[in-house]
Amino acid sequence: MSILINKNTKVITQGITGATGLFHANGARDYGTQMVGGVTPGKGGASVDGFPIFNTVEDAVNETGATASVIYVPPIGSADAIMEAVDAGIELVICITEGVPVLDMVKVKKYMEGRNSRLIGPNCPGVITPGECKIGIMPGYIHKPGPVGVLSRSGTLTYEAVWQLTSRDIGQTTCVGIGGDPVNGTSHLDVLKMFEADPDTKAVIMIGEIGGDAEEQAAEYVRDHMSKPVAAFIAGATAPPGKRMGHAGAIISGGKGDAASKKAFLTECGVSVADSPAEMAEALLKIWKP
Amino acid sequence: MNIHEYQAKAILRHFGVPVPEGHVVYNGNSARDWAKRLGEGPWAVKAQIHAGGRGKGGGVKIAKTADEVRQYARDMFGMTLVTHQTGPEGKIVKRVLVEEGSNIADEFYISFLVDRATDRVTLMASAEGGVNIEEVAEKTPEKLFFEAVDPVAGLTAFQARKVAFKMGFAMPQVKQAVPILMNLYTAFVESDCSLLEINPLIQTADGKLICLDAKLNFDDNALFRHLRIRDLRDYEEEDAMEIEAGQYDLSYIALDGNIGCMVNGAGLAMATMDIIQLYGSSPANFLDVGGSATIERVTEAFKIILSDKKVKGILVNIFGGIMKCDVIAAGIIGAAKQIGIEVPLVVRLEGTNVELGKKMLAESGLNIVSADGMADAAEKIVKAVNG
Repeated sequence: MSILINKNTKVITQGITGATGLFHANGARDYGTQMVGGVTPGKGGASVDGFPIFNTVEDAVNETGATASVIYVPPIGSADAIMEAVDAGIELVICITEGVPVLDMVKVKKYMEGRNSRLIGPNCPGVITPGECKIGIMPGYIHKPGPVGVLSRSGTLTYEAVWQLTSRDIGQTTCVGIGGDPVNGTSHLDVLKMFEADPDTKAVIMIGEIGGDAEEQAAEYVRDHMSKPVAAFIAGATAPPGKRMGHAGAIISGGKGDAASKKAFLTECGVSVADSPAEMAEALLKIWKP
Repeated sequence: MNIHEYQAKAILRHFGVPVPEGHVVYNGNSARDWAKRLGEGPWAVKAQIHAGGRGKGGGVKIAKTADEVRQYARDMFGMTLVTHQTGPEGKIVKRVLVEEGSNIADEFYISFLVDRATDRVTLMASAEGGVNIEEVAEKTPEKLFFEAVDPVAGLTAFQARKVAFKMGFAMPQVKQAVPILMNLYTAFVESDCSLLEINPLIQTADGKLICLDAKLNFDDNALFRHLRIRDLRDYEEEDAMEIEAGQYDLSYIALDGNIGCMVNGAGLAMATMDIIQLYGSSPANFLDVGGSATIERVTEAFKIILSDKKVKGILVNIFGGIMKCDVIAAGIIGAAKQIGIEVPLVVRLEGTNVELGKKMLAESGLNIVSADGMADAAEKIVKAVNG
């Protein structure tokens, strides 16, 4: 078992004829993922590196039975690509693209209300169930099948956590990069709920960042509902305040958001918080034995 | 991206929002001439820099005569204005806004921003205007009112009315506030703002509502569809190194410490800064080389890090996924040979082609300390710098 994706997941690539899309479609297929085709408007009927190309997601779904889509479409068309996938009934939409305008995502979130798709990202590394299915840009070989769920906003910091586990011979059920943008498809809390419901996931590493209160919401869930041990790291203790956001942005999160207050709240909720990013696996092993 | 107050007001005027008549000037004489054209005094003379809190630093003056306008403007040009938002080094005034004066009876606060908790554009308003809104939020949060906007319906008239009544307006002002709020929302979404702030919105002695100050920040990711707004960018207001870095798609922010960092990925870059601090030193910068660093970009990243004279050592932390470690190693070697790195350099490589990358560094003949893992890397660079 795992969450979101497994060896039976059929995946299409939106933007498959772009250099990035094709490179990672090949990488995923080499890993063993069922990459069943791609979409590039105007190139339907052709194929590239053995992947059949379709003009629309609807065509691709009808022909291949795909239930997941990964998007490498440039920012100008990313929101449209997500909505096209949702409209075609794709269950899991993973948008890798970095630089999608925030107000486009506000519209996308509204569009998705009442529909049955889940969006991961944008601006994310993707999702991997080690040994079964890799959708995204992460290096496959650092992962290993096993009992720990990993979730994070960041790409390379997720690899860091995964590598700390794998080098201790501890594998992962599924690793989810939810993306670093202010408005995204899936939250820390959503993924924690999935890990809690997955019988094969025995423990979780959650990586957070300064800003907002998504980590606090996830921590409340850990405190009130979660039966599995959770370790965490919060990046950004040394980040200068207000550099990224105007001051009104900090206000609306109710004064929460700095690393110290996040760490304190997570600890209070029973999460084992690593002070150092080099000790994410250690923090988990303090409260859980594989 | 930020713009100046006078530019923000021009955009708001275009969307039908009432702002004072005014004009930007670049010397004292034209300040006086524009004052006369704007009509009878008094006038407001306002230094244009990308920071708030200008009034306290002497950047906002009220002039009663046109000659006074000229004098105040002359005083402002070239002055270094230090406010709580500029940092201790301050900013040099190069543009001045001359505006018709307003007779202020009351002050209010309005802003729009994207609330990541609700994924909606949200209107925030308060009857406490003209003050530091962060203090209002902290001490009297009950005086702030919020209204989340449905992206399909937009800000509706009833929402605007609700907020206007909460702000304590009488009916004649409510009637003005409703279109102002709705037009501000339109300006926000049609310009792809990340923040729109009116502080203060004033009620004049004769009962009119006017946006006396305006701050607009834009979503950098959406500038591709707003070429006119992109042209408003004032490079002189920004950090020269950050601009330089941006030209090479490097994300760089200067900090106060003495250990330069080069990392791939924003999360890992922040974590690297954190671990340097844990080991007793502090980072000189945030630098994310991104997912596809070429030799050229790595060289440029080193140049930018080394242009900061505070830097006494450099930590490179790369977890190669898409980016291969041998490419990074080649970049480091090429850069070191080209520019000569005099300070201690600790490199931690992990990921794709890591063995090849490490071998290349070891055989380069350069004085590079190799590290295994983040903790080892942080310990080594802090020791090398602090002795």
